[in-house]
Amino acid sequence: MKLNINGKDQEYAGEEDRPLLWYLREDLQLTGTKFGCGVAACGACTVLVDGQATRACVTPAASLEGKKITTIEGLDTPAGKAVQQAWSELDVVQCGWCQSGQMLAATALLTTTPKPSEQQITDGMTGNVCRCATYHRIRGAVARASEIMG
Amino acid sequence: MADTASFTPSRRLVLTVMGIGAAGFAVGCTVGGATASGPVTQSALGDYVRVGSDNTITVYLRHIEFGQGVSTGLTTIVAEEIDADWSQMRFEHSPADNAKYGNPAFGGMMGTGGSTAIFSSWQQLRAAGASAREMLRQAAARKFGVDASEILLVKGKAEAVGKSATYGELAAEAAKITPPDPAALKYKEASAYEFIGKERDSTKSFGRLDTPDKVHAKAQYALDYHPEGTLVALLARSPKFGGKVASFDDSAAKAVKGVTDVVQISNGVAVVATDFWAAKKGREALKITWDDSAAETRSSDAIFADYKKTFAKSGHEARKEGKGASALRGAGEVVTADFEFPYLVHAPMEPLNCVIEYKRGTSATIHSGSQMPTGDQAAACAVLGLKPQQVTIVTMLAGGSFGRRGTPDADLVTEAAQVAKAVNGKAPVKFMWTREDDIRSGKYRPMSVHRMSARLDKGAIDYWGDTTAIQSIMEGTPFLPPGAVDTSSIEGGFDIPYAIPNIAVDLHLVKAPTSVLWWRSVGHTHTAYAKEHFLDVLAKKLGKDPVAYRRELLAKEPRLLGVLNLAAEKAGWGTTLPAGKFRGVAVHHSFSSYVAEVAEVSVNADGTFHVDRVVCAVDCGIVINPDIVRAQMEGGIGYGLSAILGEALTLKDGAPVQSNFYDYTPLRMAQMPKVEVFMVQSTEAPSGVGEPGVPPIGPAVANALLAATGKTYAKLPLGTKA
Repeated sequence: MKLNINGKDQEYAGEEDRPLLWYLREDLQLTGTKFGCGVAACGACTVLVDGQATRACVTPAASLEGKKITTIEGLDTPAGKAVQQAWSELDVVQCGWCQSGQMLAATALLTTTPKPSEQQITDGMTGNVCRCATYHRIRGAVARASEIMG
Repeated sequence: MADTASFTPSRRLVLTVMGIGAAGFAVGCTVGGATASGPVTQSALGDYVRVGSDNTITVYLRHIEFGQGVSTGLTTIVAEEIDADWSQMRFEHSPADNAKYGNPAFGGMMGTGGSTAIFSSWQQLRAAGASAREMLRQAAARKFGVDASEILLVKGKAEAVGKSATYGELAAEAAKITPPDPAALKYKEASAYEFIGKERDSTKSFGRLDTPDKVHAKAQYALDYHPEGTLVALLARSPKFGGKVASFDDSAAKAVKGVTDVVQISNGVAVVATDFWAAKKGREALKITWDDSAAETRSSDAIFADYKKTFAKSGHEARKEGKGASALRGAGEVVTADFEFPYLVHAPMEPLNCVIEYKRGTSATIHSGSQMPTGDQAAACAVLGLKPQQVTIVTMLAGGSFGRRGTPDADLVTEAAQVAKAVNGKAPVKFMWTREDDIRSGKYRPMSVHRMSARLDKGAIDYWGDTTAIQSIMEGTPFLPPGAVDTSSIEGGFDIPYAIPNIAVDLHLVKAPTSVLWWRSVGHTHTAYAKEHFLDVLAKKLGKDPVAYRRELLAKEPRLLGVLNLAAEKAGWGTTLPAGKFRGVAVHHSFSSYVAEVAEVSVNADGTFHVDRVVCAVDCGIVINPDIVRAQMEGGIGYGLSAILGEALTLKDGAPVQSNFYDYTPLRMAQMPKVEVFMVQSTEAPSGVGEPGVPPIGPAVANALLAATGKTYAKLPLGTKA
């Protein structure tokens, strides 16, 4: 089975129930996608599947044939680039473990809602946990990314 | 880690210079000083700064970067004294070596904790930077053929008589220079600072050094290290604390595709597999019978009840002012309240893990995000029968810790090494904890009960009593001498700074099978809450304003008073709030820093509440990086708020009730208040900021709720309703 990851076809021959997260991390060494909870409760493993924020820890790799999978390593859309620039400008990161997932969630939000209200930012981002509690800066960075996108 | 307020760097410096040929030169130094546990007499030589011929300046961190910003903070100190251009600054974690990289605040052992990184490194790294600067100056003088006094050093370059050379170009020559006498070193005047105290400006390339890699997925954490052929190991532990394996049947586990080994180790049965998913399925297929004869069997309510029973006798007297406990009797009104604090889980976003590459009888290399690398090294040596020089610890970035990666018993590495040994080192072993392991397997912030009591007389608090029952964190570790009482359990409580004529603080240390550990701000997590909320309960009874009353009681505490006044002013204390909004204040000293926080809380008609805004004032001495101080206050407030709103690890019949983030509920963006941070301008030596932002937020919120409802909030977590 072929999986399209960051624009490149990859042959997947693993177990049917194996989550995408572990295929990315252990087989492809795409370690920017992080393990946080394993039960879709924290968002550290967020990737984009056809542009939709998706939890890689509970999504079997084998269910994604024919879909376009984007990880932090392949984030090159205007929204994605704006998000990374804003995250840098505001020095959002602390430990950094959750931030790939945060940036992909923000990218998905800004792709559908380029000018989000404060409430829309909170609604779009509240599924992603940050134990360093960088939420205050994430809010600012999503707004800044929206500004960069113009 | 316990507070180490008594640490004061001495002026005794020892310098070393290491010539590293064409690669550049390195400077190290150490500072002798006294710690809480006694004087450091070693004259250890560390290698802290390296100027490369590629024009980079690398600072070797003896502290781990796990989000608190040391990779930028420590580097800033060196950049300032060496007169660097920020773009040439780099950081690396140092090797595990107490002699070179011991933390003077930890009695010379390597360790990150107690908010000591900046505090313990300030003088040392200034000296290293200033020494390197003078050696570069001498090297430039030789190269240009002029007197050293004519050399101007600016932004990584030496200039004189129309000539210019980068530090990289001077590095090889500088390596031949005899280092200056440390006592004669001159440090920059604060007015000349280019980096220290300056605001981040990412567009001008002055910001966190770890930001670019973390934003672009290049940062390497232990869990990201996955050499060819790595096997993944998961350990099945006793569901109840203190349980042991009686017997197990691994036939179903071994039948899972990808499972290579099932091995029993000291704390349970490990399943080893070719990948995580196989290891997880293998572990689920294990059938284990547990021997619970020594296990915890109580539920949390019963433990609280047992803790309160200890109050029938007097405990260890940790503080006595005036007549002490006998002053409870007398004229006026007696007020009492029992404050109950649950177990808390650190739950760093990156679950615990390490990768061990063991060559039988020869060597081991361990990639880990550890707060105590030399402790881990010793643990691996003990399990594997190796010498320290045969065990290499590679310290990786860590995805949070909050204390969890600093374990005196090196639990993670011990278990990993046992598994590596059991499989004869046939492949690299990635030893992993799942989130369920993290939530359910212990090393919690200990449960505690504070029995608060006071007697109010003639419009003031005449007596203050605080009796605590809690498990000790430090007992049985190298951090507490045998026989000593672990008063770090009530740090921030026994040293209550308020001017009250009669005070009695006593401590009952209880034993339990559940493992406990320092959790971001340690004893202060509960002492600050009990102290600051109970004070407001009393102020209300006395009809006093919480800020005005604190000012009265803190008249002789200028730094506490300073942050209290700053926070109150910036929060608009005393101004009218819209209907349904209430303010609460708290002020606390921890880890040599001083923090006051004012919380603004909305209470809705249905009783639910939301923390809307927090104004924070911090005095941490000289501010190295204002934006990192701000980030640590923001994060500390969020971390503390998370705990007091919704976190509790409870036991039922000895087993944890919660499992993962769906029932051990961390703060999310919707609950995060707006945070404003203000820093006191200071010339005092810099002190830590990783922990001190945490303690005041709980009581500040509880005090706002008290203002709204008149109730005492003595049982945590607070939940969603006022």
